[in-house]
Amino acid sequence: MTDFTALGVKDIRDGVAGGSFTAREVAESFNAAVEAAASLNAFIVTTPDHALAAADAVDATRAAGKDLGAMAGVPIGMKDLFCTNGVQTTAASHILEGFTPQYESTVSQNLWDAGAGMLGKLNLDQFAMGSSNETSYFGNVSSPWRKEGSNAAMSPGGSSGGSSTAVAARIAPAATGTDTGGSIRQPAAFTGICGIKPTYGRCSRWGVVAFASSLDQAGPMARSVEDCAIMLEAMAGFDPKDSTSLQMDVPNWEAALSADLKGKKVGIPREYRMDGTDEEILKSWEQGKAWLRDAGAEIVDISLPHTKYALPAYYIIAPAEASSNLARYDGVRYGLRDLPEGAGLQDMYAATREEGFGDEVKRRVLIGTYVLSAGFYDAYYNQAQKVRALVARDFENAWAECDLVLAPTTPTASFPLGDKSDDPLAMYLNDVFAVPASLAGLPAMSVPAMLNADGLPLGLQLVGKAFDEQGVLNAGLAIQQRAGFDAKPEKWW
Amino acid sequence: MSIDRATVAKIASLARIKMTDEELDRMAPELSGILDWVEQLGEVDTSQVEPMTAVIPNTLRLRADEVDADPKTGGNRRDDILANAPVAEHGFFGVPKVIE
Repeated sequence: MTDFTALGVKDIRDGVAGGSFTAREVAESFNAAVEAAASLNAFIVTTPDHALAAADAVDATRAAGKDLGAMAGVPIGMKDLFCTNGVQTTAASHILEGFTPQYESTVSQNLWDAGAGMLGKLNLDQFAMGSSNETSYFGNVSSPWRKEGSNAAMSPGGSSGGSSTAVAARIAPAATGTDTGGSIRQPAAFTGICGIKPTYGRCSRWGVVAFASSLDQAGPMARSVEDCAIMLEAMAGFDPKDSTSLQMDVPNWEAALSADLKGKKVGIPREYRMDGTDEEILKSWEQGKAWLRDAGAEIVDISLPHTKYALPAYYIIAPAEASSNLARYDGVRYGLRDLPEGAGLQDMYAATREEGFGDEVKRRVLIGTYVLSAGFYDAYYNQAQKVRALVARDFENAWAECDLVLAPTTPTASFPLGDKSDDPLAMYLNDVFAVPASLAGLPAMSVPAMLNADGLPLGLQLVGKAFDEQGVLNAGLAIQQRAGFDAKPEKWW
Repeated sequence: MSIDRATVAKIASLARIKMTDEELDRMAPELSGILDWVEQLGEVDTSQVEPMTAVIPNTLRLRADEVDADPKTGGNRRDDILANAPVAEHGFFGVPKVIE
């Protein structure tokens, strides 16, 4: 059997369309790779039959001489936050263990309609709350990367840690992710892959387990900018079932890709030069500026004065929305029910939620409940929403001087599993560079830049104006072409 | 420390999460640490700012006021909705007795 696992989205799609190989061969190859990589714990459930059925349908469509979809023949990993009809969807929680949706999320349906198949449901931080993939009820995900000379298990980032691991380990050519405050970009940076969060509203949230509804956005994770463009095009689009869905056409991002940045201005926000940022990260940032300059862009210094306050504002707003969204898990309609002997309704709620939620989820639900409670609402929640407006205004002002922002994706490279799990605040700081774009609803992407001295990947982040995914992708492409990042983790699993 | 054990117990009760004494002891300092840290937002002058309500300007769409006006957002899916219920009886969700 030929091994197709080195191929990405574009190569598979073009190869299948051109008849170089069949979609079934590709699906078989990835199904085998998934099965052999169980020690990474990237998947909560695997669905080899789904991948094969989708592949056979594509091969039959091609044999009949009909048009193929944009993702035809590409088997992907689906983050287990997307509801999939007839396939368990858990959000990596005990409270949803065994939940089998009777409907398909819009984003996953769009991907199946485009000819993609599903390798399985990917592990994540529980309810997407975490930055290291250590809060899943189904166990930690191990990054395929390790420090040079060490066998310590490293974090794949979070919350889309199963997605980043699967793509970096070449057991999936691409995967879906969701990004609330960096959950696509940070894991992409940690594992040397690409990931883009589009403008808020581009991808439907219908059928995606809700964490913080004003922030949640789906996006693709893949090994190249081109692959991200192709997959985002397939995922995005107006959906009448999501009231915040953007009623706009999806541009043809793939066709318009161009690494020529002449006439573009790239802003370097001085506030992102923070204490505690790794020296090598700062070096990669300098390198990124040189690459973009080489691609024709002009580099300008800008100021985003409220950057420092973005993270604390996020840790009021996101838990507040989570505490409301997660009220639905009550042991009545779906998922776990814990009914102690002789208990009434209220006791059943409390026992079910005690049993069904992990520590980080409880922590955030409690913080959210507190900041929304009578007497504290104005001081915490309203103040945070005002600060959020200021963070968004900072970007608005910056667009007078530049078209894009370049920054590191994370303040450090990946860290060993267990290193930060006892200190919630240290963990939250992982997303310090990712959260401002989330609060402002802007498209943002991480692309791999280089390896650090430990042999671990570092990512660079591009943030664009609302609706300008193209500008973000193009600058990402310019970096990709110049970085020539082709390092991959040595196989140990 | 901004919140004590009794406050955490009260919030947990509001959030309908049962917590053991040991959990309350552990959560109180953790939550205090997080709340002390977010309090830096108080430094920001927001007197001239409206709180954000929508991150991307958008208007809420309206549909015709009729049942199943749009089949995509329509109803008539009782069995699907009950399919994952821990207890479903006679086409309803089953809950412990709430009225004596």
